[in-house]
Amino acid sequence: MAETIVTPERPARRRVYRHAVIVRITHWINAACFVFLLLSGLQILNAHPHLYWGDASTFDQNNQPTDTFLSFWTSTETGERRGYVQIMGGKLFDTTGFLAASNYRGETVQRAFPTWLTLPSRQDLAAGRLWHFFFAWIFVINGIVYVAYGLAGRHFWRDLIPTRDQWRTIGRTVWDHVRFRFPRGEEATRYNILQKLAYLVAVIALIVMVLTGLSMSPGLNAAFPWLPELFGGRQSARTFHFISASLLVLFAIIHIVMVLVSGVWNNFRSMITGRYVIKEEKHDILPPSP
Amino acid sequence: MTSSRLLLSRRRLLGLGAAGAGSLLLAGCDRWSSSTSGFRDVLDRVDELTEGAQRLVMGDGALAREYSEADISPYFRANGNVRVNDRDYNRLAEGSFADYRLPVTGLVDRPLSLSLDDLRAMPARTQITRHDCVEGWSCIGKWTGPQLGPILDMAGVQPAARFVMFFCYDDFGNTLSGPIRYYESLGLRDCYHAQTILAYDMNDATLPIPHGAPLRLRVERQLGYKHAKFLREIRVVDSFANIGRGHGGYYEDGDGYEWYAGI
Repeated sequence: MAETIVTPERPARRRVYRHAVIVRITHWINAACFVFLLLSGLQILNAHPHLYWGDASTFDQNNQPTDTFLSFWTSTETGERRGYVQIMGGKLFDTTGFLAASNYRGETVQRAFPTWLTLPSRQDLAAGRLWHFFFAWIFVINGIVYVAYGLAGRHFWRDLIPTRDQWRTIGRTVWDHVRFRFPRGEEATRYNILQKLAYLVAVIALIVMVLTGLSMSPGLNAAFPWLPELFGGRQSARTFHFISASLLVLFAIIHIVMVLVSGVWNNFRSMITGRYVIKEEKHDILPPSP
Repeated sequence: MTSSRLLLSRRRLLGLGAAGAGSLLLAGCDRWSSSTSGFRDVLDRVDELTEGAQRLVMGDGALAREYSEADISPYFRANGNVRVNDRDYNRLAEGSFADYRLPVTGLVDRPLSLSLDDLRAMPARTQITRHDCVEGWSCIGKWTGPQLGPILDMAGVQPAARFVMFFCYDDFGNTLSGPIRYYESLGLRDCYHAQTILAYDMNDATLPIPHGAPLRLRVERQLGYKHAKFLREIRVVDSFANIGRGHGGYYEDGDGYEWYAGI
């Protein structure tokens, strides 16, 4: 499993087999699905960029949404089109150019998310839905393979559930990460506790994506009436779908940054070939045999 | 030194490659989304997969959830057309739809022409359900009207029949070939679902014009665009391949919405 190469001047390097082939394949399929689902999901949100709590939405006499958790508004009161984001009925944030109002073919138009964040780039709810459900199927089948492997192959318990000693030293791990010091040697052969927690949160958030997504289907609501109620109703499920997606975007950003700063090629190779190179710490190096 | 420079250039190359691939991908996706692309056919097929899977888990009989009076939305958003630019329709509306007739035609043994009084004399179903728009919002309303199934039985559906078309009075403005009035379609098994009704009342009052007076379809396990408003004619057919562009509905033909709207 591990071959140790010891040379006098350089620290020893050891190659470990880090990622099982199922983890690697499902990881990349998942990554591709995530990109397509996110961009087509924002296209769908653009059709009605207001999020509510409960079973139903709420409107006033002028068909305007009321009591929203999150709203993207546009206004032409100042003579030009401006875009505003409003959270929980609070203050309006002017986000013109990026959110709520942005450029389409040289004109500022009403768009919750700009063309470069939606699939397709033009406003097209029908096409966005087709892309979304196409990749949703692949994502769900891929996810079932991963979760089945995680449960049956003990991947979840072996690799993702933090051990008791990791919980005890969590403070030091956080402090090391703050200083961009990453585990080396034996410690690097397993995920550290922050990695484990981040991956667990990501897996749970992905499962929440599926459940909240299915909760929005009127057909599946008839089949499983309890499903949307898990989240407090269909509109709440839609809101949690968005919140969960936002958490996953945050996860993806942190994940990519950490991949870049903690040895990008080593990380990439390990997620492609499975092999991860570990530099031994001084005290781990055995004296060269005579 | 050499190796680090090599690494840098390799990185830059990869970065450039990623950016290039990203923009190509987006341009490609836009093209693949268009209705003339072959990939669009693949995307369209997903709807059949979704329908098959949903029908498997819900069966023909499962009911959409029915709510209590307290859940009824204080203001039910009216969407799509909220008025009708049709001379016949407006004349009927002026007379409170006393002269309204709903023809039931096509592959039936006994074509019907039903007045509102005929429809109100039939056994009615009242249901408080959630209306889910394809755009993402929902409203809860109370609907009353006869079930569609017994009406079809009254007309005598012929063995060759597979779909029911719902033709409407409203249109979305002129196209080059004149106004195209709204139309929708359902498979027979959805027509015979217990909650598939022709609603003449909404929230205990006569169905208002913005919500589709005098008669609208309710098909509670699917999205709002299937719930055809301002019904003009019901026609039983064996295929809708020759109606519109052959996708079974106004939005299906014009905008590319899925025919099965259960998700």
